[in-house]
Amino acid sequence: MRIELERRPEVSRLFSILSPVIALALTMIFGGIMFLLLGKNPITALHSFFIEPLMEVWSLHELAIKAAPLIMIGVGLSVCYRSNNWNIGAEGQFIAGAIAGSILPVVFHEWHSPLVLPLMLLLGMLGGALFAGIPAFLKAHLNTNEILTSLMLVYVAQLFLDWLVRGYWRNPGGMNFPETRTFDPVAVLPEMIASGRTHWGFGFALIAAVAIWFMMRYTLKGFEITVLGQSERAGRFAGFSTRKMIWFSMLLSGALAGLAGIAEVSGAIQQLRPVISPGYGFTAIIVAFLGRLNPLGIVVAGLVLALTYLGGEAAQLSLGVSDKVTRVFQGLLLFFVLSCDTLIRYKIKLVWSNLTGTATEGAH
Amino acid sequence: MGIFEAILLTVITAATPLVLAAVGELVTERSGVLNLGVEGMMIMGAACAFIATQVTGSPYVGILAGIASGALFSLLFGFLTLTLVANQVATGLALTILGLGVSGMIGEAYVGQSGIKLPQIVFPVLSDIPFLGPLLFKQDLIFYLSIAVVVGVNWFLFRSRAGLKLRSVGDSHASAHALGINVIRMRYLAVMFGGACAGLAGAQLSLVYTPQWVENMSAGRGWIALALVVFASWRPWRVVAGGYLFGAVSISQLHAQAFGIGIPSQFLSALPYLATIAVLILISHNRRTTLINTPASLGKPFVPDR
Amino acid sequence: MKKILFALATTAAVLGFSASASAQEKAKVCFVYVGSKTDGGWTQAHDIGRLELEKALGDKIETQFLENVPEGPDAERAIERLARSGCGLIFTTSFGFMDATVKIAAKFPDVKFEHATGYKTAPNLATYNSRFYEGRYIQGQIAAKISQKGVAGYIASFPIPEVVMGINSFVTGARTINPDFKIKVVWANTWFDPGKEADAAKALIDQGVDVLTQHTDTTAPMQVAAERGIKAFGQASDMIKAGPQTQLTAIVDTWGAYYIKRTQAFLDGKWETTSSWDGLKDGILTMAPYTNMPDDVKALAEATEAKIRSGELKPFTGPLKKQDGSEWLKAGETADDGTLLGMNFYVEGVDDKLPQ
Repeated sequence: MRIELERRPEVSRLFSILSPVIALALTMIFGGIMFLLLGKNPITALHSFFIEPLMEVWSLHELAIKAAPLIMIGVGLSVCYRSNNWNIGAEGQFIAGAIAGSILPVVFHEWHSPLVLPLMLLLGMLGGALFAGIPAFLKAHLNTNEILTSLMLVYVAQLFLDWLVRGYWRNPGGMNFPETRTFDPVAVLPEMIASGRTHWGFGFALIAAVAIWFMMRYTLKGFEITVLGQSERAGRFAGFSTRKMIWFSMLLSGALAGLAGIAEVSGAIQQLRPVISPGYGFTAIIVAFLGRLNPLGIVVAGLVLALTYLGGEAAQLSLGVSDKVTRVFQGLLLFFVLSCDTLIRYKIKLVWSNLTGTATEGAH
Repeated sequence: MGIFEAILLTVITAATPLVLAAVGELVTERSGVLNLGVEGMMIMGAACAFIATQVTGSPYVGILAGIASGALFSLLFGFLTLTLVANQVATGLALTILGLGVSGMIGEAYVGQSGIKLPQIVFPVLSDIPFLGPLLFKQDLIFYLSIAVVVGVNWFLFRSRAGLKLRSVGDSHASAHALGINVIRMRYLAVMFGGACAGLAGAQLSLVYTPQWVENMSAGRGWIALALVVFASWRPWRVVAGGYLFGAVSISQLHAQAFGIGIPSQFLSALPYLATIAVLILISHNRRTTLINTPASLGKPFVPDR
Repeated sequence: MKKILFALATTAAVLGFSASASAQEKAKVCFVYVGSKTDGGWTQAHDIGRLELEKALGDKIETQFLENVPEGPDAERAIERLARSGCGLIFTTSFGFMDATVKIAAKFPDVKFEHATGYKTAPNLATYNSRFYEGRYIQGQIAAKISQKGVAGYIASFPIPEVVMGINSFVTGARTINPDFKIKVVWANTWFDPGKEADAAKALIDQGVDVLTQHTDTTAPMQVAAERGIKAFGQASDMIKAGPQTQLTAIVDTWGAYYIKRTQAFLDGKWETTSSWDGLKDGILTMAPYTNMPDDVKALAEATEAKIRSGELKPFTGPLKKQDGSEWLKAGETADDGTLLGMNFYVEGVDDKLPQ
């Protein structure tokens, strides 16, 4: 038996909605089997993963906090990827933004003004954009592959942050531990909704998603991005510049990653420490593709991925499974979602090999 | 043994897993498939190699287990991206998440056990050559394999018919298909070769580099291997050059610290990454040579029209 | 017991929970881990402590934990989740959890919190730490006796006071035996990367050190030392299996004693906020058996350990100079805890520069 794909004449609207549902069902079946094999009650497990985090107000807030940086970074990356620029260093741009934005509350901590917060956010975007500007410059003008440069710069940013918080930016009143002073209240991103911790970082992420969605759909720039991404030659005939597009997409995604960085630091951590991100910049790459590079899809994808993190914790407590199990479950879910998306463009046929004798062999 | 020789020995151990994983990924990418799951396959290889060695008592069985687990694990990626044409970037990243989880799960019982180190294979006479002898002819099997794989891949890609086919699949799958090449099968094989190499690289970690198993012990080396493929502009010998350059800078910075030169360790630690970027800038200014070696269909899915 | 149940019940009631679930079950003691419970190092030591606690008080309490919790907002969420799920006493076992613990402690005044290695306390938040440096002093003395060349290699993780304190204590101990003793320091910039730790060990050995100690978590340096035929010290747990002919001794983190003590106080309703910094005498750290050394060295190490236990010997006792030669402690003067906890300078004999 083998699997053959048949291209649909047009993208199936039905399956673009149905495929995540099928994926979820498959995850539940296979995940359930995994939990059974581990001797755990699958119903409890699935409840912990998908229902429990959604049943309480505080947990919903936590979901928003966790999803915010994923969405914000993912939206920026979608523009990069649509235009064929492979920025995989968003993690570094996130850190660069966080550092740049923190200049005010750390170095000029005696300046209390309502201007501090907006300036911090601007600096954060600037920092992220400048840091993404390095691979952009190298690609646009020196022909250097951005996959390598953007990835390598992540490590550089991490080490630079480490050096800063252990050296010049160390909190003078902090017993020489590696962290900066805590931000003054004027430098803290306020909460968005009265009922909990969700800060404006989530709001910014939603605004960014809608704005980029609008740009991609209704503006010439969006058209330019799509055309250049699909065919560089066609883009050049239309008078679009690949070089400018490298700059535009990298700076935009860098700025959004930087904004995510300063929003996270200002809204959720309120100081710089040696590690400020559990890999948001990398997880956001999955989020971008899970959302099919559509900004609104990315909002959903970011929330779903955040849900699996929260659910994983709930399951650790309710089932006593290790976090490795929750990571395997997360991997399963991603695999099913990714493979079910095939249904949107293709019909999947199971072919019994004795019935076919054509030259085109499928795999296995 | 002089200090220079000692440093080189350490560099070889540090660079071997990078070179192996990168050469495997190079073949995968030459066939037009971008598998970002190197880290996941590598950690699976490390876990399975260690477990098999502990169970059977033979590190050679461990090597086989590492290779097999990497190849099998990559098959999962192959099924999703080749048969079901799922997105390669996202699937590769998901593979890494899954690999870290699965390896942690199966390896849990083996944490803290002392492993069996893969023995050295000493070539008589040759190993007595001053300086080069101990470096090149007094090593373990995986080191020799890493050199053999590079030589083999270089020959295969540029001197064999099958290699030509593989490259044509990576450059233009539509034309290759029109020529009667089975694109999907070719890509499956390339993906599995990449997985096997990453698994072998993982085995090196848990059998040679540090004969033990701890969760997450690949510590980002899969990502460095991915970067090396780009660094090498998809040419096998440049992978070796890049891997050894990266290893040499990493080890030298530790020596610089032990020597007490007084530069912040963070800056020294950043050197290997900066050096890689700097060298890549120097070698990639010529746009044409870079383009010639870049597989044009990299990352693009292929579905034969029926 | 009643008091706690009442406290739990009110907490739950205040939060709009059904109080019955937590009030009728055993008291819950919970742990937040920064690593994996089988990391073979820091977190595993805490988890062994948790298991000892279960063994000792298992009929009165149950334990729960969350592992691999990243520092920052994730930690805040993890701690809050435990507080909400009915944990009465929560141990957060990484320095980086400090501010998250402070925030959640303020939010849940009826839950007791204990934070490891930090310095911020509250009426319901205590801190605890271990005087690891006492063990390092003993190691330093052993190293000075064993080393032919008078140079030890020190694989360090990150320049925080804890690690700097360890380096200084090691050197101070060594210099009581050999006043010219020196150490070479390599910062691995990681707690946990076997490959990198092994590379650091090789670099140090290639530069001529003949005894090795580490302040990183895996057994990789021990393995390298074994391979190269020099002696080494273990860290966090007894690493004798990785180097049966190599390990001289190891500083073993034995948190269990503390966890049992505090949980008992909690159950008796006598829990109070404290900043405890226990040492060898309290059993919060122990020395692995002294092996692979001549009998006279072993006798010396045991004598020093006994003196530290009895309080007769304090590792940081003057006369001691700082690295630049300026005076730190006058003869007979001992360092106060505040200076130690924030230590960011080297004593004489360290061949390295600290980031300032």
